[in-house]
Amino acid sequence: MRLIVWLPLLVLALPFASFLLLAVVAPLRRRGRGAAAASIAAIAVAFAAALVIWREGFRVTATWAWLPGDGGPMGTVGLLVDPLANAMLVLVTLVSLLVQVYSLGYLRDEPAPALGRYYVYQSLFAFSMLGLVLAPSFLQMFVFWELVGLCSYLLIGYWYDRPSAARAAVKAFWITKLGDLGFVIGIVMLWAATGTFEFEALFAKAQEHALAIPALGTIMVLIYLGAVGKSAQFPLHVWLPDAMEGPTPVSALIHAATMVTAGVYLMARVEPLFALVPDVLVLVGWVGAFTALLAATMACVEDDIKRVLAYSTVSQLGYMMTAAGAGAADAGVFHLLTHGVFKALLFLGAGAVIHAAGTNDVFRMGGLFRAMPQTGVVFLVGTLALAGVPPLAGFYSKEAVLAGVWEAGMRGPFLMLALTALLTAFYMFRVVIVAFFGRAPAAGHPHEPGWAMRGPLWLLAALTVLLGLRFATGGGGHHGPGWLAPLSVSLAGAGVALAWAMYQRGALDPARVAATFPLSVLDAMARRRYGLDALYAGLYRGFILAFSRLIGWIDRYLVDGVLNVLSAGTLRGGDALRRMQSGRAQDYVYGVAFGVLFVMIWAQWWR
Amino acid sequence: MGLQAWLTLAALVFAIGLFGVLTRRNAVGILLGIELMLNAVNINLVAFARFNGDLAGMVFTLFTIAITVAEVAVGLAIVIVIFRVRRTVEADRLDLLRG
Repeated sequence: MRLIVWLPLLVLALPFASFLLLAVVAPLRRRGRGAAAASIAAIAVAFAAALVIWREGFRVTATWAWLPGDGGPMGTVGLLVDPLANAMLVLVTLVSLLVQVYSLGYLRDEPAPALGRYYVYQSLFAFSMLGLVLAPSFLQMFVFWELVGLCSYLLIGYWYDRPSAARAAVKAFWITKLGDLGFVIGIVMLWAATGTFEFEALFAKAQEHALAIPALGTIMVLIYLGAVGKSAQFPLHVWLPDAMEGPTPVSALIHAATMVTAGVYLMARVEPLFALVPDVLVLVGWVGAFTALLAATMACVEDDIKRVLAYSTVSQLGYMMTAAGAGAADAGVFHLLTHGVFKALLFLGAGAVIHAAGTNDVFRMGGLFRAMPQTGVVFLVGTLALAGVPPLAGFYSKEAVLAGVWEAGMRGPFLMLALTALLTAFYMFRVVIVAFFGRAPAAGHPHEPGWAMRGPLWLLAALTVLLGLRFATGGGGHHGPGWLAPLSVSLAGAGVALAWAMYQRGALDPARVAATFPLSVLDAMARRRYGLDALYAGLYRGFILAFSRLIGWIDRYLVDGVLNVLSAGTLRGGDALRRMQSGRAQDYVYGVAFGVLFVMIWAQWWR
Repeated sequence: MGLQAWLTLAALVFAIGLFGVLTRRNAVGILLGIELMLNAVNINLVAFARFNGDLAGMVFTLFTIAITVAEVAVGLAIVIVIFRVRRTVEADRLDLLRG
């Protein structure tokens, strides 16, 4: 086989091989560190191969028949390697590698068998996401899509003996499943209408305007629903903040490289199909922008450092989806890639902070910068990137998204995104100021983490800066109108200044600001997460309760009823028949005599 | 007298025997009824043998009589045993088979 085909296959096969090895060879898995070494080695080689693929700019499609059918195979498996997939391959393998190395330090105190299990899941997760990225057809994508969902369930519920973690895992699984249901219905409907799952065949049809299916709008909305679930768009975003119950490196992985990026990747992958239905794209854009704004407001009132980051991820995913909705999916993917790098950095940094401070609550930290300056610096780099401060990577990708949205003429979403940019800078600097520069005495004895944790942090921070510098000098991505860059910089600056004034200078009392009229309503609602979690819980419970009542009624009155009637009838009938048996020989003789008489009469006259 | 008269007689005796079996309370009476029914059959056999000129009927009758004797002996023995156990031979009270 040619290099161009087997190298991507190698990237895919290595994590799978390590998963298989660790899953089957129990002694190795129970060693913990041995399992970690195997998994890290596999993903490291995969990362190297992905780098080669990306540098060389491979572009290949290879498929093999899978499901046999009349007139050619019904489904195929294979590879679709193009620049989009290449970039994603590098991001996924890079973040997976760093997260796995970081986990060695973060989960140092875990028992060895549990650590082995963790690395089994990590390998499977990397494999699933890589398979999703390389999928050349909806069918294969769906298979890996579900695998990704499964892995996120397993990893969020890694500490399965904690009820909250188990509940969060189940919640993530079910909420994303809700979206996946739409996804699978969509692709099957599309297949029924066109007879193919293949992306390239579908794109070719779209190119020739041969895809005039009346239900295409419905189909694309259904497929988009899958992305809504996976990429945590309103109203299915509720699982993502709860997913913080997993270990922090897992959050980094889920938020930066796998799982949530799947939805955005899907939108980018099938962009030619979405381009046929502009109305759906408008919906995607508005929902994305609304998600971005909603999540940003919730991040502003959150005290848990990981939850702030989680809401910021939801918010940034809103950015990416808005870009996809504006027809600028490449800007969305650009933001996805840079966001992947600095969000992984932020999460891993938050992990180090939590590790050191022993709490998630930012208001119980404070003064951490003095105790752990290295973590402080890298966290600050990530924060600046997320806030969109030049010349860091986040600034350019955010500007590209804003430019794409502006050029698509979506004024409403653009305003929402601009407001979100302000809020993003505000809530991120709120965390940084309170946790790192706050005056509150730090809980416990914070200290710098070990090199297994610090190494990935520095690497990601360097990457964030270098990427930004490269775009600054090379001039990458979209260029919007001339006023866009000053606008986004000033929005970010305003957010930073606001956070500084409120939490560092004390010029504005946060409690007093939150109590003024229009903000107080918003504050109360955001603190209750706009009632969405409660709504889902209520719906879920209401539905389950109503359903179980119905089932109970059916069981009690229909199933049991039939049995009761049958048994009672048998009893009554038996009792009645019993009385016929008098036990007196003469009664039986009566029967015989009259029977014979009857037979004789019948034989004589009636026959 | 023709065959019909004999058959009528046999039928009458059979009916009387059956009536006895059905109505008698005493087990011995029931046995007597059975005897009557058996002998009605004998009359039939003999009558057919006489009118058809076939001796097989006569021979059968002899067998029947012999077997009847044995049957009565066994029947009476059972009745005596029942009397010893239950102190009664009233058919109405011998209802151990009641359901």
